[in-house]
Amino acid sequence: MMGFQPVILATDALIYLLVILALAFAWYTRRHAHLRAPWRRVAASRTAMGALVVIAVYVVIGLLDTLHFRPASGEDAQGHARYASEVQSVLDLLATPLVAHREKTYSAPFATHLYTRETIELPGGGQVRDFPRLKWGGAHLGDPARRAGDIAWRSAAGVALGAAAWLLWMALALRRHPGGWRAWWADPGRAPMRTAAWVWLVVLILAGLVLTLAGVYHILGTDKVGEDVFYQSLKSIRTGLVIGTLTTLVMLPAAILLGIMAGYFRGWVDDVIQYLYTTLSSVPGVLLIAAAVLMMQIYMNNHQDEFNSLTERADLRLLFLCVILGVTSWTSLCRLLRGETLKLRQLEYVQAAQAFGVGHFTTLMRHILPNVMHIVLIVVVLDFSGLVLAEAVLSYINIGVDPNTNSWGNMINSARLELAREPVVWWSLAAAFVFMFVLVLAANLFADVVRDAFDPRLRERS
Amino acid sequence: MTQPQVQSDSAPVLEVRGLRTHLGPARQPVRAVDGVDLSLRRGETLVLVGESGCGKSMIALSLMRLLPPTGRVVDGEVLLDGRSLLDLPEVAMRRERGGRIGMIFQEPMTSLNPVMTVGRQVAEAVQLHDPAHAGQPRARVLELFRQVGIPDPERRLDEYPHQLSGGMKQRVMIAMALAGRPDVLIADEPTTALDVTIQAQVLDLLRALQRETGMAILLITHDLGVVAEMADRVGVMYAGQLVESGEVGDFFRRPRHPYSRKLFAALPDAGKRDRGLDVIPGMVPPLNQDFPLCRFRDRCEAAQAVCGEAPPPWRGGAADGYRCHLAVDEIRLLHAATPPLRPAAPAADRPLMRARGLQMHFPIRRGVLRRTVGHVRAVDGVDLALYPGRTLALVGESGCGKTTVGKALLQLLRPTGGTVEYDGHELTRLRGEPLRRLRRAFQIIFQDPASSMNPRMLVGDIVAEGMRAQGIGGDRAAQRARVAGLLAQVGLPESAMQRYPHEFSGGQRQRIAIARALAVEPRLIVCDEPTSALDVSVQAQVLNLLKTLQAELGLSYLFITHNIAVVAYLADEVAVMYLGRIVEQGPVGTLLNTPAHPYTEALLRAVPVPDPAHQREVLRLEGDMPSPANPPLGCHFHERCPRAEARCREAYPPQVELAPGHRVACWVAAQGSSMPRMVK
Amino acid sequence: MMAYIVRRLLYAIPILIGVNLLTFVLFFVVNSPDDMARMHLGVKRVTDAAIQQWKHERGYDKPLVWNEQAEGAGHLTDTIFFDKSLRLFAFDFGQSDSGRNIGHDISQRMWPSLAIAVPVMLVGLLVNISFSLLLAFFRGTYLDFWGVVLCVAMMSISGLFYIIGGQVLLGKLLNLFPISGYDTGPHAWKFLVLPVVIGVVSAIGAGSRWYRTLFLEEINKDFVRSARAKGLSEQRVLFVHVLRNALIPILTGVVVILPSLFMGSLLLESFFGVPGLGSYTIDAINRQDFAIVRAMVFLGAVLYILGLLLTDISYTIADPRVRLE
Repeated sequence: MMGFQPVILATDALIYLLVILALAFAWYTRRHAHLRAPWRRVAASRTAMGALVVIAVYVVIGLLDTLHFRPASGEDAQGHARYASEVQSVLDLLATPLVAHREKTYSAPFATHLYTRETIELPGGGQVRDFPRLKWGGAHLGDPARRAGDIAWRSAAGVALGAAAWLLWMALALRRHPGGWRAWWADPGRAPMRTAAWVWLVVLILAGLVLTLAGVYHILGTDKVGEDVFYQSLKSIRTGLVIGTLTTLVMLPAAILLGIMAGYFRGWVDDVIQYLYTTLSSVPGVLLIAAAVLMMQIYMNNHQDEFNSLTERADLRLLFLCVILGVTSWTSLCRLLRGETLKLRQLEYVQAAQAFGVGHFTTLMRHILPNVMHIVLIVVVLDFSGLVLAEAVLSYINIGVDPNTNSWGNMINSARLELAREPVVWWSLAAAFVFMFVLVLAANLFADVVRDAFDPRLRERS
Repeated sequence: MTQPQVQSDSAPVLEVRGLRTHLGPARQPVRAVDGVDLSLRRGETLVLVGESGCGKSMIALSLMRLLPPTGRVVDGEVLLDGRSLLDLPEVAMRRERGGRIGMIFQEPMTSLNPVMTVGRQVAEAVQLHDPAHAGQPRARVLELFRQVGIPDPERRLDEYPHQLSGGMKQRVMIAMALAGRPDVLIADEPTTALDVTIQAQVLDLLRALQRETGMAILLITHDLGVVAEMADRVGVMYAGQLVESGEVGDFFRRPRHPYSRKLFAALPDAGKRDRGLDVIPGMVPPLNQDFPLCRFRDRCEAAQAVCGEAPPPWRGGAADGYRCHLAVDEIRLLHAATPPLRPAAPAADRPLMRARGLQMHFPIRRGVLRRTVGHVRAVDGVDLALYPGRTLALVGESGCGKTTVGKALLQLLRPTGGTVEYDGHELTRLRGEPLRRLRRAFQIIFQDPASSMNPRMLVGDIVAEGMRAQGIGGDRAAQRARVAGLLAQVGLPESAMQRYPHEFSGGQRQRIAIARALAVEPRLIVCDEPTSALDVSVQAQVLNLLKTLQAELGLSYLFITHNIAVVAYLADEVAVMYLGRIVEQGPVGTLLNTPAHPYTEALLRAVPVPDPAHQREVLRLEGDMPSPANPPLGCHFHERCPRAEARCREAYPPQVELAPGHRVACWVAAQGSSMPRMVK
Repeated sequence: MMAYIVRRLLYAIPILIGVNLLTFVLFFVVNSPDDMARMHLGVKRVTDAAIQQWKHERGYDKPLVWNEQAEGAGHLTDTIFFDKSLRLFAFDFGQSDSGRNIGHDISQRMWPSLAIAVPVMLVGLLVNISFSLLLAFFRGTYLDFWGVVLCVAMMSISGLFYIIGGQVLLGKLLNLFPISGYDTGPHAWKFLVLPVVIGVVSAIGAGSRWYRTLFLEEINKDFVRSARAKGLSEQRVLFVHVLRNALIPILTGVVVILPSLFMGSLLLESFFGVPGLGSYTIDAINRQDFAIVRAMVFLGAVLYILGLLLTDISYTIADPRVRLE
């Protein structure tokens, strides 16, 4: 077995931090009844549970893509392991066939031939212009005409595999359920879990199809340089998640601190903070991002030697984009928190604390912060989908992630140039669309439920 | 009071039979109204009385078919002149709603559309229900405005709701309800959100309108005083059911149901000063269950074996009876054990806290440079002295500045003028650590038990907060023991420490708030309307507790309230505030029995007395309290004062001591007294 | 009222100074003009003379904030900060890095921007209000439920796909409209329809759902119950009482973006080849023409502040409760 050297990129570190924070938050929530209550309302929603399964699948793929390492590539003279300069992730490892099966250029989904004519040398001498066979896609077929049958057979196997995995999963999960699966199935209180189970079935069947098909076909085609589009889409998941989560993570401390300070202390503190966020928010967001990203590009171009590898450079650029997006988006949360704090500080329990001579810092931490956290949570969840969508637009204007980073925005950006082609190269676009749409839709549906569960003002209606 | 002509022989105009209204999910509904029969005759006023959550508002909304989306009438009949309202199609029901049945609501502040002139809102009702005036509604709207006593109606017509005071808005609501010349007017707590002097005006108006039009009124209230004042007949609601009904005189002379009787015993008044008030133990049971037995049994002292066997029968006639297993003479109620009250502490010479010339002015800024162009004089020169072991009640209507006085005394708001002296310290000049250390000596209890505790903290931590902030009570274990002791002192179990505030009822939460204040062993507590949000039976528990604690610990209270009955029960001295100043101050007996200031007199006479035999003559106050940003010249009260003279318009009257400790700021009262003595 | 407006305008000054300083720091302090020149001329193998030449042509060869060599006021005025940042306050945008007059470009290009942005806003408002009123009227029914699901689904689609999808479907497959281009003559509308339709459709999801919550918020207020107690029909309650109250936040939300309509839509204009300010900005970003980006940042901030002021004023018109002090 080959050794490897773990690599932690800047965004990786922040993702680990985020995971630790999320786990700590979950642990803390479990122990406090009043924090658990709204989550129980979320868990009682069928939409939320279904969406959660989808989000979880994305998150798992994203996390697999976050575990980075350098594989060993041999030994040096002293017998120490040498490592490749290229950074890989566990996802790359799992998707090795997809990475390896590189074609020459465009090919359609499930195609056996290239999308463009080429001059082919005939074995018996002479040349012909035709669509050449793909090197990998459908290469196992002796005769390309048998493709339809092969796909049907493999699909059936994939569905069966997925269904079997699902049945096994359900059997294990319901093993301990009192009254067995019949009781579980009939319990009206379990409806959200059943929705989740159905979504899980769909996920597993899709996974089964991928297992049986993706190894021998390019199920979503290949792009201009022959890279598998399905692999690109998978790799883009991490980028989307990073933008959606790290952006809020980096802006939260400033937004929370400034927001509650402005509302609590008022006076000149409030004036200064209000001035700060009004100024920042008066610059159109896109332009501020554009300006900052352009400046960063210049900096990076002029200091190329400071980066060890392309991956590291692209990663730093991704992180910087998160920071910039954070800078432009903290103002609205800050304003919200300021308003809420203004209301809270008038409440009688804050005045009671004042009557006891409780200090400002303690009051902020004990009475204000815990009572605005639900707003923070709602905003974080609501912002997520907007940020994922923003990435695509920014990449389109060339002020998004590094062109070498896999992202849905970059996929769209490169594919749109081919729209004018006849016939159209549609699969990159379609793949990016489907992957983004499913994630953003799930996130939006989930965010809706979270907001209704956490905002008491909204809950009392309906 | 002239009796409205009740045509007792005529058929009822409104009849309700077996009404059942459910709220929420069908699986486990809240049975808000659970089998109620009512009948209402022309010209008659039926008052439904009950504590919050007993279902009385839901009856009104069921009759109007205006239930919230989750609500539905599941059974029963509502007959208006013999026609079943519940079976009408919605289109036909709309003609009845606002036509033959009008309704007014509790919150006039929010019940009018804020972006539409009040004239148009009333005109809408006229156009719908008054075909004769549908084309030109304006004249009819003017007539209605005059009818409900809106001054200067031509101008008011084109004003928006926010330009009117609460009392005026309620008059507009009444005008709207009258537009269809209704046979029945449903009034759901129409005066609860209003001050007593305004309440007196509105109740007067309703009575006058009834005499004029002969409409029947279904009035809903929680205030037994309003019942005595308005009712011909009374229905007492408890947990979704009617538990007693009868003619008003009989009801007040001889209430029959144990619940009704306990309600009367729980009312504070001057006569009960030397003993505790009766309380009803426990809480109203949640209504999302079936009740096979009497719903009041668990809280009833008179309960006997038979009460555990079957649902209680209705004794007596439909219009005059009560729901109980026991005959009237079988119901034996214990009266409140007189708590071991020590005699009130004799007035010490040295006050614990003394305020002189206390001012709280909030600047009004205008213009480009935000220059201060005036001040809202919320508190404008108040002198108070609080003595150990005694209670000073600060009385006044909303907006008079009484709460601001409380907060300014405790330096929760820093006064803009005057002095507050405590134990040799001048508090207004203290800051930082010295003030922080003194804070344990004076604490505050707030009005709203819902917002006075951090919902994210355990009750144990809430009670201990003051101890921790002040660094007293020893280590954690000692603090816990002390918290448990405090909770026991206010009658809560030790297990309460591990629970959150929302798990407790309003009364319990108020007791937790008292325990929290006691934790730092204060010598003075400002009680800011601590019972205003509570039902009568719960209020009694809190008042008893406060009284006992004062006797045991020698606490000094500043009791801020608008409830005169509570003042009579609890206070040693009373100060009456009007527009930021104290207009009269004196010992409780003197002040309540022989008020000298016309405002005090008007305030006292406006309070409805829960005794129909003892009807007061209302000293009617016109108009509303002026704005503290722009008080009238001369005596602040002269514009509304029935006895105002020329000099009242010229200068603010000085304080005059009429008798030892009884001071008044009024030209007229000073003149009439035998021995006026200038104080300042 | 007048005093309020004057005060708000005065308050705009420190904010614009802040924006100005921010852009100055971003464009001239983070990276020196030398770096920018090197970027434009190609990083490798660039002579110092070429860099100096590039800087001189564009006026970037002066000191940043303090000119030692100049006389008197020239210490301050003959600097990059004065030339490139402070002049913006007089709406003197100067020359772009490619040598064009930015002020002139802006005055030319704002009309095509408005030609798209204004119809998108008006039609969008109409469509969103109608759709959300429909949902509010049928609240709690399946129509409402699926309407909201549709809104959420439409919100979950990137704006890029609306444009690409619209171009392919309406332009390419159905051949109804030209896919891109712009004309000023009588045929201008042909080029406008497709971007306007796409602009409206892409905003339906978020807009309608937001308006629906506004309507539902009003429907649960006490005054609506009083209106029903009068015997008003549900239609009248909704169209007179609820609509009038919900229109206040809707209209003021529109007013705040009114001035910014001049800036155009980045995506629509660049996809459809409309010569407006949106595509101007995008081109500038792609060509890394910092003078234009700087000018647009400042212009955007001015318009945003103007929008805030207009919002406050429109409140006083729409809501009788609000008086500006």
